[in-house]
Amino acid sequence: MSKPKVAVYKFSSCDGCQLSILNLEDELLDLAGAVEIAFFLEATRRVLPGPYDIGLVEGSISTPHEAERIQEIRHQVRFLIALGTCATSGGIQALRNFTQVDDLAVIVYEHPDYLHVLDTSTPISQHVKVDLELWGCPVNKYQVLECVAALLQNRTPYLPTHSVCLDCKRRGTVCVMVANGTLCLGPATRTGCGALCPASGRGCYGCFGPAPGAEYATTAHLLQSKEHYPGEAVHLMRNFAGYAPQFREAVDALVGGSENEPAL
Amino acid sequence: MPEGHLEIGAIVTLEKPEFNRLLVAIQEQGYETLGPTIQDDTIQYNRINGLDDLPRGMTSKQDAGYYRLEYSGHNNYFDVTPGPQSWKGQFFPPRTELLTLYRQNKRDWSAEKTQPNQPPTALIGVRPCELAAIQVQDRVFLRNDLSDPLYLSRRERTFILVANCLHPGGTCFCVSMGTGPRSHSGFDLSLTELNDVFLMEIGSEAGRAILADLPWQPAAAFSLQAAERGFEYAIRHMGRTIPDVERLPEALLNDLENQQYDDVAKRCLSCTNCTQVCPTCFCWDVQEVNNLSGSEVRRERVWDSCFNPMYTYVFGGNTRPNTRSRYRQWITHKLASWYYQFGVSGCVGCGRCITWCPAGIDITAEANALLSEVKA
Amino acid sequence: MTAYSPQQTAAISLVSPMLPFRAEILSVQPEAPLVSTYWMRFLDPELRTSYQFKPGQFNMLSIPGMGEAAISISSDSNDHQRVGHTVRFVGNVTNAISRLKAGDVIGVRGPFGTSWPLEDHHGKDIFIAAGGIGLPPLRPILYQVMAQRNNFGRVVVIYGARTPDDLQFTREYKAWEEAGIELIITVDRGDEKWTGLVGVVPLMFYRLRMDPRKSVVYTCGPEIMIRFVIFEALARRITPDQIYVSMERNMRCGLGLCGHCQLGPYFVCKDGPVFTYEQLQPYFNVEDL
Repeated sequence: MSKPKVAVYKFSSCDGCQLSILNLEDELLDLAGAVEIAFFLEATRRVLPGPYDIGLVEGSISTPHEAERIQEIRHQVRFLIALGTCATSGGIQALRNFTQVDDLAVIVYEHPDYLHVLDTSTPISQHVKVDLELWGCPVNKYQVLECVAALLQNRTPYLPTHSVCLDCKRRGTVCVMVANGTLCLGPATRTGCGALCPASGRGCYGCFGPAPGAEYATTAHLLQSKEHYPGEAVHLMRNFAGYAPQFREAVDALVGGSENEPAL
Repeated sequence: MPEGHLEIGAIVTLEKPEFNRLLVAIQEQGYETLGPTIQDDTIQYNRINGLDDLPRGMTSKQDAGYYRLEYSGHNNYFDVTPGPQSWKGQFFPPRTELLTLYRQNKRDWSAEKTQPNQPPTALIGVRPCELAAIQVQDRVFLRNDLSDPLYLSRRERTFILVANCLHPGGTCFCVSMGTGPRSHSGFDLSLTELNDVFLMEIGSEAGRAILADLPWQPAAAFSLQAAERGFEYAIRHMGRTIPDVERLPEALLNDLENQQYDDVAKRCLSCTNCTQVCPTCFCWDVQEVNNLSGSEVRRERVWDSCFNPMYTYVFGGNTRPNTRSRYRQWITHKLASWYYQFGVSGCVGCGRCITWCPAGIDITAEANALLSEVKA
Repeated sequence: MTAYSPQQTAAISLVSPMLPFRAEILSVQPEAPLVSTYWMRFLDPELRTSYQFKPGQFNMLSIPGMGEAAISISSDSNDHQRVGHTVRFVGNVTNAISRLKAGDVIGVRGPFGTSWPLEDHHGKDIFIAAGGIGLPPLRPILYQVMAQRNNFGRVVVIYGARTPDDLQFTREYKAWEEAGIELIITVDRGDEKWTGLVGVVPLMFYRLRMDPRKSVVYTCGPEIMIRFVIFEALARRITPDQIYVSMERNMRCGLGLCGHCQLGPYFVCKDGPVFTYEQLQPYFNVEDL
């Protein structure tokens, strides 16, 4: 039996998720033994022709060209995995969805007319059918490995969906919110990082996106009541996964008017 | 060395500096000595080798959703009430390997169970509520019909030195739950820290043997009286109370549609923190960790929580699909169902779930509200 | 009501209650779309004789890497040569089971839980109401009844499935009837060939005359069906202690240790799955408990 062919694609993103795959180091050889890396420009210039069995898609759709290209890729790929929070929710660049992209372009670029961008940065699932979403900014490399292993073994990958709080407690990390008054999005955020930020004394900023079944609006209200400056809670929720519908709605319920809307 | 009436139940005094020798004596019996230390701005249990490792002079300010360590200015070693960590993890670790499965070929496989391998451990400075919690978990994991082998192997190799409570914290309510401020049994040694000496009570033969070689003194009457006054002070200074604990089992299970559950559902985050800091919560899940080829699989036990939305998932639906139902499960289990399952309350009044709830939900306030709604 | 006890569960190692025993699949019998019965035999010959279960109990079936699933035992408790599990393929584990063939090795832990107290009901009329995948945990009862038919009064099986194709154990209906078991088979939706009854299980009670003094009801199936079966039984003055219900919850350990399957004060895996309605009454109608 020939090895399954894997392709890795990049859309609007920072390459961090692709780097996570390359960071597998110890496991990379095993992985290369189990699958054929057929298309992965970040790693090698060698390109094998499609179609591919597994497609890992990093990044969001933010240009007209990307919107076309993802359609082509969908035809090339049997099992499409959206890789990372850009691909699953639009990413940090989706902040522009909350404002006018033209206004921003004028500030940033000398010749904004050279830009060919869409008004919004959107997740892959808004354009094509996605078979599996892997959250995180960047993704957890072991979750990538688990997904590939699961596909090879013909099973559902083990991707728990509970809150980050459960991870903090399992690893013995002290709650930064209770012990330090630090705002933390952990109660509403999906596990996957292993509670990396709280373990470093920082609050979770929700980069793994909303945990299914969590209380987003209640969390938003609680965070707002503990703010150190006006708008802190909104800043926290409208962040890397801020365009995820659950976080978006929680912020909308919170703002309830423009006076608390923070400037970008 | 004084002539001895050193028997189980005896109370003697030990000069504070002698505590260092006490620890050495315990270590010489093969135990690793764990006790309260300051880590990450809270109290956490780590290896201790002497008095210098203890949080001398520290106390904690605790309220619903609030915890700060503070320096009190006194010289006591055991005055600070616990942080988020409990001793639960000693016997029931957050993650334990149960077994490893090896796949020989496509059809067949073998299973190898993990041998428990825990060095004997001495728990130093266990609070009465924490000892009560250990005893509650004993009823869960060491039933007549089934003992959990991993729990048992760790539990039976443990030495317990209790530190009775003289200065309870802001979320403590052990008096309501009948677990403190003083332990009466179930320990090897207990201490009550007075200003000048430790009052030591012998709880077991192992405890007696440890103390026998140390320069203990018979306890003076004024020391015993000072301890009694300390306990009376502690009883009067509980941060929280539940006045009608004995009414809870029946009242809660007879009133499962109480409107208070709608109210708490608006505040609760379903974040799982209360269950994870609780020293008696015992829920766990089994997870499989595969290697890439699937030839080797570790089956692990990890802490789970009834607030985890996936906890009650069965194919076709979730039997507890919202926060209201999850909070109801937790509080009715803790304060009511537990009696029917294990003959005791699942709550020991340690207050951790109050302190470490990011939303500041207070189990005593919720219980009292539930009771006040129920017809007496 | 029999409670879980070490004597009954000889196959659970008390030293290592989470360790699965290896069993070889002997054959796979398709029963309906996405439902098959797996006949299996322990590899350890000693276990084949020491393993005993009671009708209504379940095992945790497992495949390395996939995890465990609670599956009721659907075979004859007096058959020590093989154990049968009727599985519906709906999740990760059961889909993996669907790919197993004769000769493959599966993991088994058990048996767990309470059983249908058939031995207490000699001389009684037994009314069995099952829906869909609720019939397999009741099939061991039918084997017992056939072996000792004279010990019971009427034995009536009301069994319903969504469509005629979804009906399980159809090959056996004739043998059941010949053994003096009354069958009422119904479907939610018929097809062009179906000439039998159409309608949900609880509706079929209108066909029955039940003597409340000597009738017991055993029921298993979707919870909504159970709810109305109980309603119909109570309407016929069967008392709550004579109505037996097999419940389903998320069972992870089978030992009453992991907490997942709680329903009010009960661990469904240990105090159930078979309960009397009298036990369940305070909790059964509480939403989302």
